[in-house]
Amino acid sequence: MPTEDKTALREELKGQVKEIVKDDYAFGFHDDDIAYTFKSRKGLDEKIVREISALKKEPAWMLERRLQAYKTFVRYPMPNFLSTNALNEIDFNNIYYFMRASDRAEKSWADVPEGVKRTFDRLGVPEAERNFLAGVSAQYDSEVVYHSVKEELTKQGVLFMDMDTALREHEDIVRKYFGTVIPTGDNKFAALNTAVWSGGSFVYVPKGVEVAIPLQAYFRINTDNMGQFERTLIIADEGSKVHYLEGCTAPTYSEHALHSAVVELIAMKGATIRYTTIQNWSKNVYNLVTKRAFAYENARVEWIDGNLGSFLTVKYPAIYLKGEGASGEVMSVAFAGKGQHQDAGARIIAFAPNTSATVTSKSISKDGGRTSYRGLVRVMPGVAKVHINTVCDALLMDEGSRSDTYPTMQVDEKDVNVGHEATVSKIGDEQLFYLTSRGISADEARLMIVNGFMEPFTKELPLEYAVELRRLMELEMEGGIG
Amino acid sequence: MPETLLKIEGLHVAVGEKEILKGVDLTVNRGEIHALMGPNGSGKSTLSNAIMGHPNYTITAGKVWYKGEDITTMPTDEKARKGIFLAFQYPVAIPGVTVTNFLRAITKARRGAESPAKEFRAEMADAMKTLAMDPAFAKRYVNDGFSGGEKKRCEMLQMAMLKPELAILDETDSGLDIDALKVVCDGINRVFNPDIAMLVITHYQRMLDYVKPHFVHVFVAGRVVESGGSELVALLESEGYDRFIKKSLANA
Repeated sequence: MPTEDKTALREELKGQVKEIVKDDYAFGFHDDDIAYTFKSRKGLDEKIVREISALKKEPAWMLERRLQAYKTFVRYPMPNFLSTNALNEIDFNNIYYFMRASDRAEKSWADVPEGVKRTFDRLGVPEAERNFLAGVSAQYDSEVVYHSVKEELTKQGVLFMDMDTALREHEDIVRKYFGTVIPTGDNKFAALNTAVWSGGSFVYVPKGVEVAIPLQAYFRINTDNMGQFERTLIIADEGSKVHYLEGCTAPTYSEHALHSAVVELIAMKGATIRYTTIQNWSKNVYNLVTKRAFAYENARVEWIDGNLGSFLTVKYPAIYLKGEGASGEVMSVAFAGKGQHQDAGARIIAFAPNTSATVTSKSISKDGGRTSYRGLVRVMPGVAKVHINTVCDALLMDEGSRSDTYPTMQVDEKDVNVGHEATVSKIGDEQLFYLTSRGISADEARLMIVNGFMEPFTKELPLEYAVELRRLMELEMEGGIG
Repeated sequence: MPETLLKIEGLHVAVGEKEILKGVDLTVNRGEIHALMGPNGSGKSTLSNAIMGHPNYTITAGKVWYKGEDITTMPTDEKARKGIFLAFQYPVAIPGVTVTNFLRAITKARRGAESPAKEFRAEMADAMKTLAMDPAFAKRYVNDGFSGGEKKRCEMLQMAMLKPELAILDETDSGLDIDALKVVCDGINRVFNPDIAMLVITHYQRMLDYVKPHFVHVFVAGRVVESGGSELVALLESEGYDRFIKKSLANA
């Protein structure tokens, strides 16, 4: 494509994104009055990486990790497996890689800065939080500003804090597990995250402890061109059980913001981890996330993953079944409206016999939006009695929308059972006629069909999240296609 | 003089380029049950779909009146809220939407306000009991994996809850064994009262042993070819549709 065309296309795309963001993004407001106490300059080089590490007073090994990761990030080419050029549109020199809204993690709600509180208020976050007042962690831009750990958790020996604090207070555990599930060189964006990571959650659940309430964290991006690179590490020791929950919303910006997280889960022998996310980044955010879990002997890992927002999401939660009897589940929903592309999926790799996993992927495309399912199922040589089943259902709301499925299966063993089903349905005249013939308006009927389609996902969520998700879908469907 | 609920005048309906209804006239008054009988392919279902406003059926000529109002081009949902109900021959599944939530949504639409939860539950339980439906049914997804009989019961359950003024039953008897047919017809008779009207569309007379029509219309090749009382049912049973098909050809 000639350069002028490319430039024109980029301008057009920007215009579209601006328009989409202005029209559709219900939470698109902007706090101007938050004083950022530190903001790195735009762009990325070794000096900024050193600055971030120095500001956080990190140990030398972490700085070394960051520097090595920065080199890897620069060296690696941009991934080209996506059937879109959007990744090449990211201007890495036009992004802030680090800032903090307040100097320390806040323990009580009263200490949280007013501007930050107001933003949470307008998002309706506190309602959900108040129910869990003692078990909450909320991230504002790069660092956690509000973090209160319930006494009971402390008594049980559960560690739940932001990663920066964890590195200071539990360096031995962090050093032992950091980057062991997703190594620096895993992919270009994992390397970027490792170089500039800030914030994210750290959870350690001791042997045999079951955490009764879900641990929640809220994430927000709030600065033009700000990258958010949180790093999450969850370790469930033998026989323990934990549910970690995170939801995201972001305000409106006209330039593409970059969000690139790394999430590592380790479920030791007999442990269970459930990780629930609903991301609703504003429609100018690149959401490029690497999520992976190790499930050891008889352990279970569940990824419950909802992707509603962002301009482009690339995310394939992975489960490595590493011990005999391990099992896993990936249950995901993706919604792509005008100008959005959700490239989501799952990766399951069986390293041990007698293991099983199910993948359920549901996607909805509307107003020209595009969803892709990209899945990998792999059974390592010599590994028998593996049962992995994948079901992909796509719902198209109109003619111009698109859904694709790219399943990859690498299985050499005979004694395994690997299945894949995919369906694509269009919201049909017959369903609409049936519902309207009962007195329901056409818009309400579409929403009912969509909510019904998402029900297997929604019912896995805690009630307040399910309510929030339905409300978001209502906003997405409002005044849509005639 | 009974009030006219439904009046159809010179209705022509096409599906794509093909004309299916070729001038239908029909008047249904409050307090009446009308049976519309005809062979397969005569256009019976086209008539019910056209009255309700299915987007694939184009009204090319004629009018449909309901309580004196021209509803020929009225949106489907508005007709439903005004009290017209269509029981589908092949109801579609709505996966992920439970029967309870569905009934709550449609009764709210019809009544203009949500009924108190306790009253609603009692009303639903009562209607389900009448139709010999297991309470567990309420938790299932609408028509999703339902047997033919379950689908028809679910249609009758909706009718009982919506309390329509005009109910059009499109081959509600099809696919039912004799026991299920009795239960379903029992449900129909309970809903019927002198303030409403019903248009019962069927191929066979057996349903009309349980739901007694006041008027019977024979429908052939997109037209009403003969109207009368219940004696027509007996005539059809003994002689079949042949003589009416011949009559229709003679008039064409």
